[in-house]
Amino acid sequence: MTTLALMHDDNTANDPQRRAPLVIGPQTDETVTDSVCRVTEEVRTPRAWFVALVVSAALTAVFFGTIGYLITTGIGVLGNNRPVMWAFPIVNFVFWIGIGHAGTLISAILFLFRQQWRTAINRSAEAMTIFAVICALIFPGIHMGRIWVAYWMAPYPNQMALWPNFRSPLMWDVFAVNTYFLVSAMFWYLGMIPDLATLRDRATSRLRHSIYGLLALGWNGSARQWQVYERAYLLLAALATPLVVSVHSVVSTDFAVAQLPGWHTTIFPPYFVAGAIFSGFAMVVTLMVPARAYFGLKHLVTLRHLDNVNKIMLATSCIVAYSYAIELFIAWYSGHSHERFVHLNRAFGPYAWTYWLMVACNVLLPQLFWLKRCRTTPWIMFLIALAVNVGMWLERFVIIVVSLSRDYLPANWAMYYPTLIDVLMLLGSFGLFFTLFLLFCRYLPMVAIWEVKHVLPREEVNHGRTRA
Amino acid sequence: MTAKRLQLPGWLDRIRPLAAVLLLVAPLYAVGMIYYAGSPRTTDVGYSPRQPVEYSHLLHAGELGLDCRFCHTTVETAAFVAVPSTAVCMNCHARIAPESEKLLAVQKSFSSGDPIRWVKVHDLPDYVYFDHRAHVGRGVGCVSCHGRVDTMEQVMQVERLSMAWCLECHRNPEPHLRPKQFITTMDWISNEPPAVLGRRLRQQNNIQPSTDCSTCHR
Repeated sequence: MTTLALMHDDNTANDPQRRAPLVIGPQTDETVTDSVCRVTEEVRTPRAWFVALVVSAALTAVFFGTIGYLITTGIGVLGNNRPVMWAFPIVNFVFWIGIGHAGTLISAILFLFRQQWRTAINRSAEAMTIFAVICALIFPGIHMGRIWVAYWMAPYPNQMALWPNFRSPLMWDVFAVNTYFLVSAMFWYLGMIPDLATLRDRATSRLRHSIYGLLALGWNGSARQWQVYERAYLLLAALATPLVVSVHSVVSTDFAVAQLPGWHTTIFPPYFVAGAIFSGFAMVVTLMVPARAYFGLKHLVTLRHLDNVNKIMLATSCIVAYSYAIELFIAWYSGHSHERFVHLNRAFGPYAWTYWLMVACNVLLPQLFWLKRCRTTPWIMFLIALAVNVGMWLERFVIIVVSLSRDYLPANWAMYYPTLIDVLMLLGSFGLFFTLFLLFCRYLPMVAIWEVKHVLPREEVNHGRTRA
Repeated sequence: MTAKRLQLPGWLDRIRPLAAVLLLVAPLYAVGMIYYAGSPRTTDVGYSPRQPVEYSHLLHAGELGLDCRFCHTTVETAAFVAVPSTAVCMNCHARIAPESEKLLAVQKSFSSGDPIRWVKVHDLPDYVYFDHRAHVGRGVGCVSCHGRVDTMEQVMQVERLSMAWCLECHRNPEPHLRPKQFITTMDWISNEPPAVLGRRLRQQNNIQPSTDCSTCHR
């Protein structure tokens, strides 16, 4: 099979005469398979990968250690106290759930819209989604204090004759997040089956062959399997699509339904969804810029992919900026004194630095993406993406902690300070996230091989249609 | 590619359709089994620990016809029902069958002053504040919760004592109400239809059981 050889390594130019290629260099089916599978087949443990894994595994141990300490000691080890009863755990929960939104957007919505550039990054973005949702699910669990009765959240017939409160958004949250986790996990696994079969067929040891063989579920690549498979993939994509908007909308109702000034606004669902996609794509850049360089995948995850991701970040950053502006406008326009106070307090109160840092990270810095140079230079986009990660975490802090710390009654006001355990848990959740992601990079196909093969530039004529 | 291949046995392919059935049935089975096994009907009903003294309710409350309140004195006036002290036993047993072997532990307790360590049968969790006075005083008979104690050689738990079981009555107390003079009568049967009597007693005594959390969990 022949492919078009490209003259240079830049595929970010927009030439209306011909479609920009999504891979760089003379790529064939074999080279694509090779470059992805090589990462998992390397016998020698890559040193930098191993160091990163040790560090993040240590942080994971810290995470579970602090969770154990929390469970055995009690919720008082956290800084949560009147009036800030929702603090770091819920901030972290919303942050991680938000991160999780890029995966499904890339895999489902971009798939339905036939955005072919999704193919190189969808696998890792979906993995990131699942790992982020795992981190997210832990936080409300340990925040309850009595984790051993977590099953009370499930609606099951019980001897207490009690049901969960279906009118509470917190209950909708349980269903929304768990549904999201299940559907994302199924979608991820389904998409991986042909590639797992590729790894199985290339296996040189009995152990590898057995493990990948079992995971591949007997895939043999027959035309009949492909026909059924692609239909199932399309159906799951359609099922996953509403989840992209539903999950964070439901999360936002946790706040919007409450009557606290700063929470009680109708703009929250779209505002949260835009923020979630924003932060998710920032995490995609944070992970993919080093990963594509380290694992030698620059020719598959090209600058054009990153350019597109950065454009989405720019768009969602503008939506987020608009939401911030509308919040301020409504605070003024409503004439509601508490509503006004809450926003003045955010900008000029004791936590003002979090607000302005958030504005800088989420609104100002991403504006650099108007410049093509910033969209296509890995180190610049990496730094901006890191800033966005920080900014989006701060956004949740501003919404949750700053609103709670000063509500209606000045007699109730109090400052919130995290304890060491709070901070260690936040760091630990990053440890868990990176541990899972590093393991994924080394042991599973990081790029959807079979999907990238679909978008290779082909010279020959296929069934009367010319592909380019 | 010369690796030895993992070969799954052929019968796995043949039973594959069963996997779908299993996936559907297994969760239902698991939920059903856990529900059944964890239900107080399974775990608590029938609890009948051996007591330090072979005291027979069948003999005392059944054949001899002692009123419950003869020994459990505080049932109408306190939240907690008194378990009789050894002295209460000795009121009668100083004269009745004082030599009986079954009474050795009672005699010993009486002479030493150490109480008999009865085993509590109807034991509610510590976070439940049950008040006997509130129930007995409003016409809920002993038998409603404790069953036919007058037929038990050794006391046994017959009701679930679960929260759902409490709520059943709190939501619809009428079938369990009786005139106060029959509070301790184990085999009492109403002359009127129970629904009519229950409604009348409920109105008469203004019985409005609360189902707020704080009614039982303070």
